[in-house]
Amino acid sequence: MQRAFAVRQLRFWLTNYRRTWRGTIYSGVLNPVLYLGAMGLGLGTLVDAHGTASLGGVSYLEFLAPGLLAAAAMQTAMGESTYPVFGSVKWLKTYQAATATPLRPADLFYGHLLFTTMRLAMNSAVFLVVMAAFGAAKSVWVIASLPAAVLTGLAFAAPIEAYAIKCKKETSFSLIFRFGIIPLFLFSGTFFPVSQLPVVVRPLAYITPLWHGVALCRSLSLGTAGLAASAGHAGYLIAVAAAGIYAGQRTYQRRLYA
Amino acid sequence: MVTGVADQDMLIRARGLTKAFGQFTAVDGIDFELSRGQVFGFLGPNGAGKSSTMRMIGCVSPPSGGELTIFGLNPVTDGPSIRARLGVVPQEDTLDVELTVRENLLVYGRYFGLRRDVIKERTARLLDFVQLSERADDEVEPLSGGMKRRLTIARSLISEPEILLLDEPTTGLDPQARHVVWDRLYRLKQQGVTLVLTTHYMDEAEQLCDRLVVMDRGKIAAQGSPRELITRYSTPEVLELRFALDEHEQAAEKLADVPAARIEVLADRILLYTDDGDVALAAAAAHGLEPVTSLIRRSTLEDVFLRLTGRRLED
Repeated sequence: MQRAFAVRQLRFWLTNYRRTWRGTIYSGVLNPVLYLGAMGLGLGTLVDAHGTASLGGVSYLEFLAPGLLAAAAMQTAMGESTYPVFGSVKWLKTYQAATATPLRPADLFYGHLLFTTMRLAMNSAVFLVVMAAFGAAKSVWVIASLPAAVLTGLAFAAPIEAYAIKCKKETSFSLIFRFGIIPLFLFSGTFFPVSQLPVVVRPLAYITPLWHGVALCRSLSLGTAGLAASAGHAGYLIAVAAAGIYAGQRTYQRRLYA
Repeated sequence: MVTGVADQDMLIRARGLTKAFGQFTAVDGIDFELSRGQVFGFLGPNGAGKSSTMRMIGCVSPPSGGELTIFGLNPVTDGPSIRARLGVVPQEDTLDVELTVRENLLVYGRYFGLRRDVIKERTARLLDFVQLSERADDEVEPLSGGMKRRLTIARSLISEPEILLLDEPTTGLDPQARHVVWDRLYRLKQQGVTLVLTTHYMDEAEQLCDRLVVMDRGKIAAQGSPRELITRYSTPEVLELRFALDEHEQAAEKLADVPAARIEVLADRILLYTDDGDVALAAAAAHGLEPVTSLIRRSTLEDVFLRLTGRRLED
């Protein structure tokens, strides 16, 4: 019954998405084209001319693309789990409307997570197609980086959503973005190996979910993935997502059942 | 155990029902029962605990104490099953303003697990009922307040609920829009729909409700039909007198000698509760009083509330 109710809430988001899906497809394609073009090809020529030993002997484009795939999933997760959730409870009050139906707060949470999962899968699939078109994928294992990217996104979406439902003001989101998302984007191994960071700050990078997502997607795309390491990264991401899901059930309940 | 007809018709039962938010007790141990087919009203000023009671009935606010059963079920553990049989018109509009009128009913009907063709058929019927058929494919945003409220009522009926909960259904509407809403609610009552509503408008309570609970500061001050309450707590007639400001207090003192069951001295006028307003007015004149205006009227629920709480309803 719980699952069926969450699907009802997913249908609500799909009804809404019918109005905006075109725009999200454009940005889904444009984002990887711009980044892979400018950084992968443009900046990549300079990097490659300098020698690629520190990248593990692959071209900068091949190094960068799977990292960006994971980072893009984080950005998608951020977008879907902040304003849409906050707006539903604060501005549109569609969450309050739904609580008057058989749905429970947890159903609303799961329903939106399902929708976010779908959006993550869509954007990651588009990203992979663009990546292939740029010739940035080295191994057929790159296919497995699709679920890896979705999982990376969920490790952000679940906890952020758990937080967004209880926010009083939307200014909290720009703080998360400025002091959370942007530093992660820049320093979690997306653009350069974490081994280039000073030794003291490296452990900080290792505890962020994005580093695990980047490392997992990259090893799959390059065909260097080992079972133990991959299981470790995936396990970490699952643990973070699970903690977010646990928290979200509670924060949704507390916010909607006063 | 034998379940009689009486039990099946007992839809809501509350005993010592309490809701506290931290130190503040919004609902303070109230008892009431609702039977099928009734129009049941909670009358009281803002902050009396009406909305908190409604939210507990709607299973979106767990009681802090006492007993509450709806359809014989527990709102804390059986929320989904209870809500599947309730329709809710919240105080604040919760329509999806980004969707069309029709889409709002579709989304809501789907929440109840209804099939598309069922929703389509009901949508046509309900939009006709609330006089919004012509706006079916318009977005909700530009609709007037009265139209939005009517749409909310249509939406709450999509699941054909056994009880319709309406929290302040006409608050914030202009007089004309209120009358349209009242007319629709009256039709629902005629159709035998069980309605529970909260209001701080005495005319709304008097026109629609079979049974009333007068609430004040989280407690029930009185219950009964509007007629019973008026008979029990007021006189058949009320004489309202207005005096020039400087004569107001003096007049109040002189009126103490005029035969009346009770006198209420308000800031702007004096009310004399009496069996015969004309007799009281003549007596006032005999005492040499010359009011600026005088009015003889029937007692209303406003008078009941004033009597019970010493305060006015719509302040």
